[in-house]
Parts: sequence; structure tokens; C-alpha cells
Amino acid sequence: MAGEITSSEYIQHHLTNWTYGKHPDGHWGFAHSAQEATEMGFWAIHVDSMLWSIFLGSLFLLIFRKASKNMTSGVPSGLQNFVEWIVDFVNENVRGSFSAKNDLIAPMALTIFVWVFLMNLMDLVPVDWIPHLAGIIGHAVFGVDPHHVYFKIVPTTDPNITFGMAFAIFALMLYYGIKIKGPGGFFGELAFQPFGKWGMPANLLLEGISLISKPVSLALRLFGNLYAGEMIFILIALLYSGGIVWGTIGGFLQLGWAIFHILIILLQAFIFMVLTIVYLDMAHQEHH
Amino acid sequence: MNINLTLIGQSIAFAVFVTFCMKVVWPPIMAALDERKKKIADGLAEAERGLKQQELAEQGAEKKLAEAKQQASDILSQAQKRANEIVEDAKSVAVEEGNRIKEAAHAEVEKEVNRAKEQLRTQVSTIAVAGAERILKKEINADAHQDILDDLATQI
Repeated sequence: MAGEITSSEYIQHHLTNWTYGKHPDGHWGFAHSAQEATEMGFWAIHVDSMLWSIFLGSLFLLIFRKASKNMTSGVPSGLQNFVEWIVDFVNENVRGSFSAKNDLIAPMALTIFVWVFLMNLMDLVPVDWIPHLAGIIGHAVFGVDPHHVYFKIVPTTDPNITFGMAFAIFALMLYYGIKIKGPGGFFGELAFQPFGKWGMPANLLLEGISLISKPVSLALRLFGNLYAGEMIFILIALLYSGGIVWGTIGGFLQLGWAIFHILIILLQAFIFMVLTIVYLDMAHQEHH
Repeated sequence: MNINLTLIGQSIAFAVFVTFCMKVVWPPIMAALDERKKKIADGLAEAERGLKQQELAEQGAEKKLAEAKQQASDILSQAQKRANEIVEDAKSVAVEEGNRIKEAAHAEVEKEVNRAKEQLRTQVSTIAVAGAERILKKEINADAHQDILDDLATQI
């Protein structure tokens, strides 16, 4: 599979998104290499990340919408049972961690949990299947060199995706923080603790960092875990080009890592959800 | 690993999905879950009430049974008493009646005796008169006389 390309090229290829954006010379188009994608700067979009993210999010909503339309309070059918199980689990968590009343939190927690889980789940698809397929299609249909078709299928290994969600949550934290505590109360929380009003600069620095670190750590934790996980899958996949012995070892390694990774993807989705609930709960509470 | 527009795209997608979930998906599920919770609670309360009612009914039935038994034995003893009374009454009436019949029979016998005596008296006097008449008519015939006497004697 690595073919005539080197290992580092293979890894590089797997870590590059399918990017559509503004080339430095001013015209818009797809990037044909990692170099070009980087040169596009901010005015570019990762088509593969967005595609999979929206596809998986829609899949989640479609399934849950179907279940919620046929919801009955009688004996639940299979799908309803499954959906209820997840909804109950999420609702339990929200009720346990979130003390204020806000109808947004529970549905948001559900969306985050299932959506992030589905996005993480793509990590378990063998790393070459879909990118290779995309390469073949790209070559056959669009006549592009397959080595220039980039297709990452795990949206959560793209920091844009995790930061995108974390910043949306951060915006909600700020919105509810100011709405519940008032602008004065919100500012007071940043400025007058932990050292009282005479330590205001130190307070602002400390509290400001702690505030900013919340979305950053939220996004980086998910990204880091999934990125590392995918990297290991890619490294294991490299073994397949090393002959039958290495290939067999790689098969076992991949199986083992995939089984272990099931735990990670579920755990990371859960952590993302719980931290969102906790951060928003903090935004709803008046501490002092 | 470039930070670019994808960030904003994902934020928008996130907002849209969360809104859709909040408006369309979540409420029906929650409504159904709450309704089921209520149904179950109602069912349990109903079962509790039914059990209590059954207990009450059992108690009532036991009480009624005891009452019925009591009543039956009362009726039985009353009947016994009444029967004894009737037998006693019948006995006394019978004795009285017997006495009455006996007395009537005694009176009848006495009356019969008296009438027989009366009859005898009248007959004796008649026979005596007839004897005297015959004696007076046939004084000369001793034999005849003897015959009459004999006849008289036999007649007495």
C-alpha cells in the first residue's frame, strides 16, 4: 500500500486533510499537497472533516429523530429501547452534575456524547480503507493523482473540529455566565478572587488563564487522544508493508489496539460531555 | 493541522445540531419517558390499593362468616326450645282431654245404673201388684195358688 512512497510520506499523507481554500495567488481550489494546504492559511476548509462531521451528526439526528417520532410510553421497541438507554444515561449525568435549570443542557450533552462518539468511532475503520477508496475514486472519476487525494475520516483528529465545538461551548459559558451573574458579577468573579480586590491584576491573570484553559483543554484532550490513537493505527499499518511476518504482527497489534481504543473513544466522548456539563454548571452558579 | 475555516464551520454545525436536537429530538423522548414513569408509579399505587382492598374484603368476609355461624346456632337453639314447648303443651292438653273423657264416661255409667234401678223398681211394683191380683183371684185353688207363688218366685 505504501507502494513506492516512503514511510514518512505515507504518514504525512494520512495526516493531511482534503483542503479547499484560497491559494496564495488568490484563486480558490483544492490543495494538492500538505505544503499547499498550509500556505492557504485561515481561508481554507477541511472538506473531509466537515463532510464526515456533518454526515455523522446527521446520522445521529436521523436515528434519534426516527425513534422520537415513534416514541411510546408503552412497551418500547428495539430502537426506542436503545435510544432511551442513551437518553436516560445522559439525562442522569446532567441531573447529577448540573444544578440549575436549563433546557438546553441535556439535549446538548446528548448531541455531544453521541456525535463525538460517532466521530471517534471512525478511528476503528482500518486506516487505509476509505482513504484508499477515495484515492481510487479520485483517480478514476476526477483524474487526480491518488497520492494527491487526501481523505481523513476521523473528524476528531482535526483540531479545527474539536476547537470548533469547544469554542461554541465557551461562547455558551460566557453567555450564561454574564446572563446569570450579570456583567458585574461575571467580571467580579474574574477580578476579586482568590486574592481580594487589592490583588486584582493577579486575580485577572489567574482567573483569565483558568477560564481560557477550559475550552482549550477540552478541545486538546479530545484531539490529542484521538490523534495519538490514529497515529498508532497508522504506524501499525506501516508494518503491513514489511512482509508476511511483520504483517501478521501488525494484524495482532491492530486488533489489540482497536479493542483498547473502543474504551478510549467512548471515554473521550463521555469526558467531553461531562466537562461541558460541568463548565456550564459553573457558569450558572454564583459562587460568592 | 492548520487552523482554518473548518473551526467556524464546525461551530456552526454544532449549533445547528444542538438546536435541532433540543427542538425536535429531545422533547418527545423526555415526554414519553416521563409518561412511562407516571404510568408505572400509578400502576404500583393501584396495585397497593388493590392489595389493601383485598385484605379488607377478607376481613369483612371472615366477620360475616362468624356472624352467620352465630345466627345459625341461635336459630337452632330457638327451634329446639320451641319444639320442647310444643311437646309440653301437647302433653298437658292430652292429659286434660283424657281426664275429661274419663269423667264423662263415669257420669254415663252412673246415669245408666240409676236408670236400671228406676226400671227395676217400677217392674217390681208391677210384678207385686200382678202377684197380689192373681192371689186374690184364685184363693181356692191351692195348687193354683202354689203355682202362682212359684211363678212369682221365679219372676223375682
